[in-house]
Amino acid sequence: MAAATSGTATVTLPADDQILITREFDAPRHLVFTAYTTPELVRRWWAGKRGEVTSCEIDLRVGGAWRYVMTANGGYEVAFHGEYREIVPDERIVSTEVFEGAPESEVVNVVTFAETDGRTTLELLTQCPDQETRDAIMGSGMEGGMQEGMDLLEQIAIELHK
Amino acid sequence: MILVMARAATTADAFNAVAEPRRRQILDVLAGGERPVNDLVRQLGLAQPQVSKHLRVLREVGAVDVRDEGRQRLYRLNGHALKPIHDWVKAYERSWSERFDLMDDVLEDLKQKERDDGGSD
Repeated sequence: MAAATSGTATVTLPADDQILITREFDAPRHLVFTAYTTPELVRRWWAGKRGEVTSCEIDLRVGGAWRYVMTANGGYEVAFHGEYREIVPDERIVSTEVFEGAPESEVVNVVTFAETDGRTTLELLTQCPDQETRDAIMGSGMEGGMQEGMDLLEQIAIELHK
Repeated sequence: MILVMARAATTADAFNAVAEPRRRQILDVLAGGERPVNDLVRQLGLAQPQVSKHLRVLREVGAVDVRDEGRQRLYRLNGHALKPIHDWVKAYERSWSERFDLMDDVLEDLKQKERDDGGSD
C-alpha cells in the first residue's frame, strides 16, 4: 500500500526550454535513489498506469548507458535511452535522454534527492534543446491523458453492458 | 494525434506568454480583481512602457481582457483562456504522479526490507 502521507507531483516550467517535476517521498533518500536506479524496481513504477515496462537496462556509471522500453496499454512500444554524465550516489544524477520515436531531440535530466527528517524531495529538471521539444514532451502528457480517458470510457461502457 | 499537436502548439504560445516572471506577477495582481494600468505600474515597480508591453503580450494570447472606463484602461484576468494551459500542465503532472504513486509502493517494500534486515542483525 502507498503511504497516505505521500505527496503529489508538481510540474513547473522555470524557463521556455525546461520542465521541473518535484515530488516528496516518505522514505530516506538512499532508498529513493535505489528505487530510481535499480532495474527490477524501475520496472515496477516507470510505466505508471500507461502500460508495462518490458525492458530496463541501467549501467550506473559515468559514460554508462540506460534504456527503458515500455509497451503501452494501446499495444504500441515506446523506448527511451541515454547516457549517464554525472552520478553522486544518493544525491544527484545527470543523464541524457532520447525518445527513440524522435531521436533528433536529446534532453538532459538532472535528478536531485534531498532528505529532511527521513523524507526525500526528488527534483527532476529536464533541460530541452529548445521550446519546441519542451512543448512536444508536455504534449505527450496530454496525449497519454486522453488515452487514459478513452480507456476509462471503454471500461465504463463494458460495465454498463454487463 | 494531429488534434493533440495542434492543441499543444496553440497552448504553447499562451504558455510562453504566461511563463515570463513579470507577466506571471501581473496575472497574480489581476487575480485579485480588475485593475487600472497605473495600479499595475505601482505594484510591479516597473516603468509604464514595460508594463504595457507585457500587457500587450498577455492580451494577444487572451490571458487578460481590457476595457476603457472614462480615461482609464482597466485590465482583468481571463481565467477561461488560462484553463487549457492549466490542463496541459496537469496532464503531464498526472502521468508523473501515477509513476511516483507506484514508486511509493516500491519504497514501502524497501523500508520493510531494511527493518527486517535490521532485526536479524
